[in-house]
Amino acid sequence: MKDIFEELEARRETARLGGGERRIAAQHAKGKLTARERIELLLDEGSFEEFDMFVAHRCTEFGMEKDRPAGDGVITGWGTINGRMVYVFSQDFTVFGGSLSETHAQKICKIQDMAIQNGAPVIGINDSGGARIQEGVASLAGYAEVFQRNIMASGVVPQISVIMGPCAGGAVYSPAMTDFIFMVKDTSYMFVTGPDVVKTVTNEVVTAEELGGASTHTKKSSVADGAFENDVEALTEVRRLVDFLPLNNREKPPVRPFFDDPARVERSLDTLIPDNANTPYDMKELIHKLADEGDFYEIQEDFAKNILTGFVRLEGSTVGVVANQPMVLAGCLDIDSSRKAARFVRFCDAFEIPILTLVDVPGFLPGTSQEYGGVIKHGAKLLFAYGEATVPKVTVITRKAYGGAYDVMASKHLRGDFNYAWPTAEIAVMGAKGATEILYRSELSDPDKIAQRAADYEDRFANPFVAAEKGFIDEVIQPRSTRRRVARAFASLRNKQLKNPWKKHDNIPL
Amino acid sequence: MFKKILIANRGEIACRVIKSAQRMGIKTVAIYSDADRNALHVKMADEAVHIGPPAANQSYIVIEKVMEAVRQTGAEAVHPGYGFLSENSKFAEALAAENVAFIGPPVGAIESMGDKITSKKIAQEADVSTVPGYMGLIDDADDAVKISNQVGYPVMIKASAGGGGKGMRIAWNDEEAREGFQSSKNEAANSFGDDRIFIEKFVTQPRHIEIQVLADAHGNAVYLGERECSIQRRNQKVIEEAPSPFLDEATRKAMGEQAVALAQAVGYTSAGTVEFIVDGSKNFYFLEMNTRLQVEHPVTELITDVDLVEQMIRVANGEKLTITQDDVKLNGWAIESRLYAEDPYRNFLPSIGRLTTYRPPEEIATDTLAVRNDTGVFDGGEISMYYDPMIAKLCTWAPTRAEAIEGMRNALDSFEVEGIGHNLPFLSAVMDHPKFTSGEMTTAFIGEEYPDGFEGVALDEDALKRIAASAAAMYRVAEIRRTRVSGRMDNHERKVGGEWVVSLQDQEYHVTIEADQDGSTVYFDDGRTHRVSSDWTPGDSLATMSVDGSPLVLKTGKIPNGFRIRSRGADLKVHVRTPRQAELAKLMPEKLPPDTSKMLLCPMPGLVVTLNVEVGDEVQEGQSLCTIEAMKMENILRAEKKGVVSKINAAAGDSLAVDEVIMEFE
Repeated sequence: MKDIFEELEARRETARLGGGERRIAAQHAKGKLTARERIELLLDEGSFEEFDMFVAHRCTEFGMEKDRPAGDGVITGWGTINGRMVYVFSQDFTVFGGSLSETHAQKICKIQDMAIQNGAPVIGINDSGGARIQEGVASLAGYAEVFQRNIMASGVVPQISVIMGPCAGGAVYSPAMTDFIFMVKDTSYMFVTGPDVVKTVTNEVVTAEELGGASTHTKKSSVADGAFENDVEALTEVRRLVDFLPLNNREKPPVRPFFDDPARVERSLDTLIPDNANTPYDMKELIHKLADEGDFYEIQEDFAKNILTGFVRLEGSTVGVVANQPMVLAGCLDIDSSRKAARFVRFCDAFEIPILTLVDVPGFLPGTSQEYGGVIKHGAKLLFAYGEATVPKVTVITRKAYGGAYDVMASKHLRGDFNYAWPTAEIAVMGAKGATEILYRSELSDPDKIAQRAADYEDRFANPFVAAEKGFIDEVIQPRSTRRRVARAFASLRNKQLKNPWKKHDNIPL
Repeated sequence: MFKKILIANRGEIACRVIKSAQRMGIKTVAIYSDADRNALHVKMADEAVHIGPPAANQSYIVIEKVMEAVRQTGAEAVHPGYGFLSENSKFAEALAAENVAFIGPPVGAIESMGDKITSKKIAQEADVSTVPGYMGLIDDADDAVKISNQVGYPVMIKASAGGGGKGMRIAWNDEEAREGFQSSKNEAANSFGDDRIFIEKFVTQPRHIEIQVLADAHGNAVYLGERECSIQRRNQKVIEEAPSPFLDEATRKAMGEQAVALAQAVGYTSAGTVEFIVDGSKNFYFLEMNTRLQVEHPVTELITDVDLVEQMIRVANGEKLTITQDDVKLNGWAIESRLYAEDPYRNFLPSIGRLTTYRPPEEIATDTLAVRNDTGVFDGGEISMYYDPMIAKLCTWAPTRAEAIEGMRNALDSFEVEGIGHNLPFLSAVMDHPKFTSGEMTTAFIGEEYPDGFEGVALDEDALKRIAASAAAMYRVAEIRRTRVSGRMDNHERKVGGEWVVSLQDQEYHVTIEADQDGSTVYFDDGRTHRVSSDWTPGDSLATMSVDGSPLVLKTGKIPNGFRIRSRGADLKVHVRTPRQAELAKLMPEKLPPDTSKMLLCPMPGLVVTLNVEVGDEVQEGQSLCTIEAMKMENILRAEKKGVVSKINAAAGDSLAVDEVIMEFE
């Protein structure tokens, strides 16, 4: 008997070593942790339960049958993050460069299936050279099996991808279909075709970092939702994100003990809006001051900065925040910001996370680049997302809410539950100058008259009361008491029941 | 008594004056520019009159606008505060012409003390000790050399109309005298439109000590002790105290009596300050007389229990002083720290903008400690580019100097200011500086002790361990809270361990925490133990800890796996990790900040006035590259080394943020 136990331990020991000491050292030398070390940091200490430790590939081409390491380049299993269950896979670059074989894919599929069945998030740590070329189409089939499960899991359990090394070719499409992608600066990259192919086909000379590094994907392409300095920080922050998310779509968002008075008064907010309507201010300050303990987990911080998206807690419970940012492009809506916010709103709605919308929007960005780029359809995504969302929706208009953008930003008319406005709000079809130039075109030659008209327009419309008279604004509130008002609004919506008509699925303007 | 007074000022001093007036039952009128529409002084006053655009030269110092506000509101007297019109004799005359009382000295005193040469002559005539020097004006460089030799090196070459360090040069030999004369003359001509120059002995180991005097219109005058203002940066006072740790009773008395003699010689009434320079052997020399309320007057108030503003109002109302010299008793010690919106890590560049957080320490007045905070701002208020970047004057009083300093340290620790750069860390650093705590500072203190600017304080091991113990205990609390989230697997909860590795300021400490109901005992692996208790809860920005029974206040912010902790003059990243996390974190590569040596970064938020180079230009070290305007000051940015401009990212008129790249070099 003893021998059997010893053999098990010996086999485990070998499996844990992955590609061996030398490759582990090489991995460390690149500033990267090993697949197992990453799991250790991601999960609660000692909580990891491994599956398929001894799975080995079945390939017999190219002499592969002689090298069949246990685990086949990916570590899978489950564990807990602050006591809440998650499934995890972590590709092991020290074993065949983390390449994906048929069996490697099967291991991932197994935990995907379990996650869907048992209602727990899937966190994938990607560090792979790509397809196991020796396996040919079997490897491609493996990818597709993973993709299919990503699709089935979408909207059922949260899926998070952490890119901690290469992720190229077909491999990118699994993360692409997950809810969040995080990257590690300088050590991770993602692209469909690498620099060599790019050079051959288009003659473009580009480095891997430029083509698909963390900076590219967080700032330019918006493929990634965030980037971190190193593996340790990335995994710490993923843990922090998981603390905000429900485990599945049947569960309410998590609640944790909080130490911040929901009725906290923030007098400084009374002066957040500058005297001059054209002076920007930092909407993040409002988010920080509304949130429990000033804690804001921002999603896509570096992309389309004219809109802010992310998670906060109110009374310990997760709320998704969408907010125009007047500091950038005056907080207008454009193609990028509409896409960014729409995806975030749909994530929140899919997982029963209430949505707080903070509005200071002068309208949609005009111009040929926007129209040629299809701002009509992209803007419609956000409109659609807000309109179909059945989660509690609370909106606060701090300053401008002009034109169509007013409608889009979780207005009362899109089934907003609570629509508040600060006294500084201006809810109108457009700004005073623009409006008077249209309404009083014949008087344009007389600047004094036009100025008077603009002043009259401002007096009449540049306020929240016209909208409040019509009931489009439920209440005009003091900035300083916004936290209390918003927290109470969400508290009153805890049992909200709202269903959309049955449909197979909608047809959002993609 | 006056029924209504107008305060011809803004900011903290306006608020300060309003407080005394309100206590005396006098109605107050504030004036404000466009930039001060929502300012604290406007809110505090009974009435407020708008007097024009933000720039002071179009509002606060336009005599006619202030006069109009006086007429409009029927104010019977005007307190000018300091700066602005406080030492403007024309303003005092304008008030007199309309029978409005000026809460300050008579016109004659303002005029005679306003000119450095005249005031020195009057002082000499009144037997006030003056710096040896040549009182006449100097014709040319040869003359300057001759006179310098007569006075004896080192000498100070000064512009008659000078102030704020402009038009001042020290010369140790003939050559420097020649050069110094020319550059002072040029600077004086440019800055003041008055190039008169004089020369005097340069005092070594100088301390700036000033005497507060108070006189009525009935010939009575007293001195209210001294203030030591040696902690200065570019002639701007930063920390003041009363009394001076340097003076003895005899010197104090001699200085006080001379100050009173001078005041009487010019027929002075109201509060005034006679500034002296005191050398290492306690020889003192008259510098100048400030015919107004000084910024640092609160320290005198705290040790004499005299409300100087009230006295000024009473004197202006023609009342006799109710105190005699015998009544003046100096009680305890007071320190004032000027909190400026100046970023110490960026060579004290002004920082303007919104105070997203402004939480001063609680003001208290007990027999053992007093904390007073004079300010003109509030939480969510703004530091405007148009005026002095002072945020607040924080004063502490205690029976002894050491206690007053300790009180100041604690008050600074719990002063929260966010949104703009400020000098809190620097003030804290000075409070811990041995030269300051021993009272051995001179006016050269900042220049000598911080020759390369302020880069934060490196804490000693004891302080680091106290912070490490606190951070570990706090982090553990925060981690336990995280495990109490809903949706966890029953019976399989995460257990938060007691072993942690704390890293801060390149040190790493392995600690074990044993927690009980009252706090935590933190064991260090070298055998040291700290007992930590606190009512801190996760998210609190201010952590008031008790470490082994003594207080430790930390300003905390969130970073992955730890806290940003600001304490005293230090700004630390404190990581708290499990032993395994710490082991793995060591494998992470050290990332160097991006190389900015080939870039010109904008050092402060500001407006590009001119760009003086073009792409392709070869520039020499020290060559002017561009001019940035911030706080109404033009700052010339120069090349740090020779190079060729490869790219220019800004244009004249652009408004830039801190660290924006203006241009790049090959």
